[in-house]
Amino acid sequence: MATSEIATYESETKPDWCPGCGDFGVLAGLKRAAGILDIDPKDILVVSGIGCSSNLPGFFNSYGFHGLHGRAIPVASGAKLANSDLNVVVTGGDGDGYGIGLGHFIHVMRRNLDITYIVMDNGVYGLTTGQVAPTAEKGFKTKSSPEGVIEMPINPIALALVSGATFVSRAFSGDPIHMADVIASAIKHPGFSLVDVFSPCVTYNKINTYEFYRPRISKLDQTGHDTHSMEAAIKRSYEWGQKIPIGIFYQTERPTYEAEDAVLKNGPLIKQKPVARDPEILLREFM
Amino acid sequence: MPTENEVIVRVGGAAGEGGASTGESIAKLFSRHGLHTITYTSYQSAIRGGHNWIQIRGSPEKVYSQGDGLDLLLVLSSETADIHYSKISPGGVILYNNEKIKNGENLVRQDVKQLGIPATEMGRKYGNLPIQNTILVGALTHLLGMKLDTLVSVIETIFGKKKSDIFKFNVEAAQEGYNYSQQNFQPLGKRMNYTFTPKLLMTGNNALALGAVTAGCKFYSAYPMTPASTILHWMAAHSTKYSVLVKQGEDELAVVNMAIGAAHAGARAMCATSGGGFALMSEAIGQAGMTETPVVIVESQRSGPATGLPTKTEQGDLLQMLGAGQSDYPKIILAPRTVEECFYTANEAFNLADKYQCPVIIASDLYLSEHFETVDSLNLDSVPIDRGLLFDGNGDGRDYKRYQFTESGISPRAIPGQPDHMFVAPTDEHDENGVSISDVLCGIPKYVEIRARMMEKRMKKMEIAMQDMKAPSLEGAKDAELTLVGWGSTQGPIKDAVLALEQEGILVNSAQFKYLWPFPAEKCEQVLSQCKKLLLVEGNYSGQFGLLLAALTGIRIKEKLLKYDGEPIYPSEIVTKVKQVIGHI
Ligand SMILES: Cc1ncc(C[n+]2csc(CCOP(=O)(O)OP(=O)(O)O)c2C)c(N)n1
Ligand code: SF4
Repeated sequence: MATSEIATYESETKPDWCPGCGDFGVLAGLKRAAGILDIDPKDILVVSGIGCSSNLPGFFNSYGFHGLHGRAIPVASGAKLANSDLNVVVTGGDGDGYGIGLGHFIHVMRRNLDITYIVMDNGVYGLTTGQVAPTAEKGFKTKSSPEGVIEMPINPIALALVSGATFVSRAFSGDPIHMADVIASAIKHPGFSLVDVFSPCVTYNKINTYEFYRPRISKLDQTGHDTHSMEAAIKRSYEWGQKIPIGIFYQTERPTYEAEDAVLKNGPLIKQKPVARDPEILLREFM
Repeated sequence: MPTENEVIVRVGGAAGEGGASTGESIAKLFSRHGLHTITYTSYQSAIRGGHNWIQIRGSPEKVYSQGDGLDLLLVLSSETADIHYSKISPGGVILYNNEKIKNGENLVRQDVKQLGIPATEMGRKYGNLPIQNTILVGALTHLLGMKLDTLVSVIETIFGKKKSDIFKFNVEAAQEGYNYSQQNFQPLGKRMNYTFTPKLLMTGNNALALGAVTAGCKFYSAYPMTPASTILHWMAAHSTKYSVLVKQGEDELAVVNMAIGAAHAGARAMCATSGGGFALMSEAIGQAGMTETPVVIVESQRSGPATGLPTKTEQGDLLQMLGAGQSDYPKIILAPRTVEECFYTANEAFNLADKYQCPVIIASDLYLSEHFETVDSLNLDSVPIDRGLLFDGNGDGRDYKRYQFTESGISPRAIPGQPDHMFVAPTDEHDENGVSISDVLCGIPKYVEIRARMMEKRMKKMEIAMQDMKAPSLEGAKDAELTLVGWGSTQGPIKDAVLALEQEGILVNSAQFKYLWPFPAEKCEQVLSQCKKLLLVEGNYSGQFGLLLAALTGIRIKEKLLKYDGEPIYPSEIVTKVKQVIGHI
């Protein structure tokens, strides 16, 4: 398969992220992944919520829906169910996905819709000027938590594993080439795929910086990790501190929601005809 | 009190005793005799126990509401007598199982006939089958001079296959009940003419769902909430037959956003809920307005606020619907007035949504959603599918602008998957290309202007949509002393009240509103300015429609009948109020 030029996915709108923002790396990684898979931009729908990271669809040349804070997943789910031929990718922040949108996140995983979800995880609410986000470590100080956050952070990888996601991975903005491979595998994976990306907010998070991650990152595929073992995946998902794993934690096959829905057996919804207006069929039960 | 030309039956029992299904078979029995039939079900938020009742009214003439008075009370449980005995009209009948009311204990009214049947005894030979209800309905069939064959056809519809034992036993039981009544009781002596003209018997929710399917709805999402749930049930049961994908979401936030996603991808999409779920949906309804996504949302109102009375009716959410979501954005609100109109309104709602690329809200309520009503027939072809201004996908797309400024404010819509017309639909303010102008561009003079123009473009659509919003015509006598003003589901009781008043020589007419937003103020003013005196009839505390009317037309209706006790409005209540207002009392 001929791989597409990255320029194919270049939007006329230039990103307005802070210079050095991790989200640039994610945008580059997504373009590269789409190129590897050679997907026609018209067949991609990128859906997002609200946040710095959620501005991504505007900077990527494809169809897009830039929705409400926390609601990208259900919009994407509806779109995928309506046109299962589309490659549906959701992008957003950790506040968007693991905070306000957490309920949808869990349910979409047990549903196993064939959607790829890329979360730009930076521990803060960037767009609203740096309040604490659900993945921030205990003790993390922000404008809204000047004494240090009291809650435990969400562990999105472990959460995804126990919620039935069929592809669970993590990447790092500082390594867009590795990220592109992970995203490409995620998009190719038939079923729900999570790519949690360490995407530093250079403006509001002075702890989880590139320099913080770089020496700690260890690639799962270089450490003999068995991606088909849930047990191993759970164990690795709790690794934090000196060694922080990235790559594919877990991958398994389960029929997608689309494959099991009886109505979609007849093809994508938008290609199905409206019912014939036959009174014999439509009105009989009311006689 | 029921007239000679109609019959009103009430069936009462504990939840789980089959009262609702008994009532529905009586409704079917009526409609198959060619009677115009209307039911009203009163039930509680309890799965077992409690007390439920259903009223069934039938007449050879068109009837519009559940009616007033009671000819026959059918008792399934002993408390039914305690609760409804006093409601039986003089000359009426109480029909009961002897075991439930021992020897007619406490039934002391001289003006009511007591008809006890040893139904438990008679049903014993069928073992554990709950067949007493069928025996009683058999007796009722005789009392109303109806045909046993027709009852058998109803039993067949309910129990299915002719060969099954359940069908056979129920037919036998019906026959026995009929025979017992024939041998022991006098028929009611109603002079009704049964034409046996076939009619459709459906609820408002049935009609809405059927209308949606006919309109080509392909995606339906919902989270269970009374009184919208029966749309979900019907859609799910018919999903494969009519190729509608039905998705129960994790909450109403998911539900409405899924519908919007499906609509964005090109499918006709609908979701439904009641007031509480609608409150959760409101931000996303604004999203549909901002992204110009066509979607249909049904709000079947129930008694509020908060959880309120989940199984009781109200028209208390009009202000919520008008105010849903922040700021101004294009949206349309339609309030169907009858079961039949629910069907056509669903068709219309999808066309309006596509035409104006905006959310359309269908305002129903528990009363309209759940009551059964006969419909003479439905013209399935009367509303052709019109998908509005869709980009055909031809051309190189270089000049394609999803949010192009146009005369009408309507811009051609491309669907994801079409070559060369890529765009992002943003909830942020955006330019004609769909590029966000909310972050680094806002406040810059050029974009200040674009923001204003974009707002005007969206709202322009509502100016055009005004042409599609109709004012009601005055129904009834031209030179009426008083005009009843209502909206949506109160049409039935209002019409019946007008007829009842006419019988007494009091001429009133009515204006019943269906098109609520954008509100056709000028047209409405023209209609109402012809009226001598106005009486507002609404199912809420504050007279919400009255507020809308006053705000947009300056017409302030001083006389009001406002009901908020959870029960539907009865014609008799309107009659009394009218007499008060015009000084006949
Ligand atoms: C319903 C709602 N609540 C709050 C907001 C304000 N808001 C916008 S973005 C955001 C948080 C963004 O954080 P995150 O999703 O982590 O993305 P980031 O900006 O860090 O990329 C919030 C709270 C909103 N837009 N909508
Ligand atoms: S505030 Fe943080 S997340 Fe937002 S653009 Fe700047 S660096 Fe990126």
